[in-house]
Amino acid sequence: MKLIKNLALASVFGLAAAASAGAATLDDVKAKGVIDCGVSQGLIGFSNPDSNNNWSGLDVDFCKAVAAAVLGDATKVKYSPLNAKERFTALQSGAIDVLSRNSTWTMSRDTTLGLSFAGVTYYDGQGFLVPSKLGVKSALELGGASVCTQTGTTTELNLADYFKANKMEYKVVAFEKNEEVLKAYQEGRCDVFTTDQSGLYAERLKFTNPAEHVVLPEIISKEPLGPVVRQGDAQWFNIVRWTYFALLNAEELGVTSANVDQMKTSENPEIQRLLSVKVKNPDGTEADNDFGKGIGLGPDWAYNVIKQVGNYGEIFERNLGQSTDLKIARGENALWNQGGLQYAPPVR
Amino acid sequence: MTAYVRTEDAPRLPAPANIVGWRAAIRERLFPTPLSGLASIIIGALLLWVIWTIVDWALLRAVFVAPDRTLCNVEGAGACWPVIQDKALQWVYGFYPIDQRWRVNLVYLMGAVSLAGLLIPRIPFKGWNALFFFVVYPIATFFLLLGGVFGLPYVETSQWGGLLVTLVLAVTAIVTSVPLGILLALGRRSEMPIVSLLSTIFIEVVRGVPLVLVLFMAANMFPLFMPPGVNPDKLLKAVVGMSLFASAYMAETIRGGLQAIPKGQYEASRALGLPYWKMMGLIVMPQALKIVIPGIVNNFIGLFKDTSLVTVVGIFDLLGIVQSGFNDAKWASAQTGNTGYFALAMIYWVFCFGMSRYSMYIERKLNTGHKR
Repeated sequence: MKLIKNLALASVFGLAAAASAGAATLDDVKAKGVIDCGVSQGLIGFSNPDSNNNWSGLDVDFCKAVAAAVLGDATKVKYSPLNAKERFTALQSGAIDVLSRNSTWTMSRDTTLGLSFAGVTYYDGQGFLVPSKLGVKSALELGGASVCTQTGTTTELNLADYFKANKMEYKVVAFEKNEEVLKAYQEGRCDVFTTDQSGLYAERLKFTNPAEHVVLPEIISKEPLGPVVRQGDAQWFNIVRWTYFALLNAEELGVTSANVDQMKTSENPEIQRLLSVKVKNPDGTEADNDFGKGIGLGPDWAYNVIKQVGNYGEIFERNLGQSTDLKIARGENALWNQGGLQYAPPVR
Repeated sequence: MTAYVRTEDAPRLPAPANIVGWRAAIRERLFPTPLSGLASIIIGALLLWVIWTIVDWALLRAVFVAPDRTLCNVEGAGACWPVIQDKALQWVYGFYPIDQRWRVNLVYLMGAVSLAGLLIPRIPFKGWNALFFFVVYPIATFFLLLGGVFGLPYVETSQWGGLLVTLVLAVTAIVTSVPLGILLALGRRSEMPIVSLLSTIFIEVVRGVPLVLVLFMAANMFPLFMPPGVNPDKLLKAVVGMSLFASAYMAETIRGGLQAIPKGQYEASRALGLPYWKMMGLIVMPQALKIVIPGIVNNFIGLFKDTSLVTVVGIFDLLGIVQSGFNDAKWASAQTGNTGYFALAMIYWVFCFGMSRYSMYIERKLNTGHKR
């Protein structure tokens, strides 16, 4: 027994030691000249390899943004496709520098795994897909509907809570596997298909007639997805977090990859601070707008991100938006001043 | 008297019409009794229906040329073959850097040539060829694929994938499982108690757990027992896990062959004054292995297919890379998955059928002793 106890202790300390081993991630990354980024093994719109091994997606673009900020080159990313079980271990052990893999920010993950969530790049949550011929415009009109869902997931629980809270009757048609759920929905065995909203959009692509199904606007659960870093490296955490904020601020200020060079001459002080433009104060002194210093990066950190990857709106549009097959509405992911939740503190 | 003896043969009459020709053959083989006839009709109809369904889906309703998903994603469309065309190279090489694919090709080529040299009996220099295949080739493959030496860029195993990973796993496990299996089988039958006990424990423990569990343990639990920072490569762990798993099964198969060798063979070799290893190597093993060829090949085939289980620990083998292709927004459609799985099934089948046919050929070739 004692031996087992010792072994268990040793392994716990081993984990802790491994977690703190990579304290100066920035130095490591600069030394190897590339960022190791953990992504999913294939999720439409978030991270997915094409036939020529080029990765694309929202999560992938975030990795590129961090690489642009840190190394000045968005292509200096090495992608490690990870499954759900190994993703946090890979980060803890130092195999990757940042995990950008549609991971939900929860209290237990944030507090007990030795990890920190740096932001929410995509507000996901459980939604509903219905055939457009039903003419349903809101989830509140779903009273009496039969709902297809997967068994044994929180999806079922959220569903029950939502319908109970809104005093609506419903019938669950539950299956073990996602494929079965989809098949049942397509065969018309239920009126509604429910899972995370990003998943609804992705599955809709595989229908023979995507246009005949609509995703309802309501989101009934919170699944904030965001990038994760190791706890205990405040500098690296700040870099990842402020890369995300820079993407949002750029969109808010109208700075895009196309106009970022012109924007360098902008008179707007917020843009000047974001792009580290040196300006003369009225008293003749030069204002030091170099906020990159605070996170250990050069003055071009945000410029490189916007120039090479674009702002948050561009990234969203390129990977998920109306120009793609997914056609995901901005919804909760619109900026705060446009009715969404995406809000970044100012660069000041 | 002579008048009663025929001097010439009676003219040869053709066989009665009801026992020659295709009609007779059909009646004889398919409809000998009413019950068999009924069975023939039912099975025939089922077969026709299956074949028709496949032909209809894979050829008649299939889409052969399409730039992306739009043409495949229409009502009533069958297989979406352009996906396969688009993804084929990725299936073969995984995420191996495109400008480095020649290294994989070289490995494939060396392996194919030297394996052919070993498998085809007519080709001479078996000894040298075996030396190359079992000693030089693995080392060359290791450095060629991994790189980092001789100016070759380093390609870590997380970038390997597809058929490459499947073959690396299968070939390594197949090649190591035979010698390890022989040793374990001999160990289990050994009269030395410790050797016998250890072999038995190993075989029974490994055989007593599912392969998926072995892979999970290797991938997730093994690092916990290691000093911090020591975390062997994921693919390496999978290869070792599969090889050990395969050798436990192989040991039992070979032990079956050993049981079948009459005691007289052992006693006769002893009487000739052969020491243990010579007795085993020259007298017992050649006979035992010959008997269990079907069992050994059965293990090989099972092993080849079991490599697909490594997807659960996040290694992109053939199955993994095919599945990841389903999530390419460019090709996502109702038929993409079906087409991918169908093509995958054919690939696995070609490999397994090849192994099966070769084993039957070898069986016939070695069957001399038991012909009566």
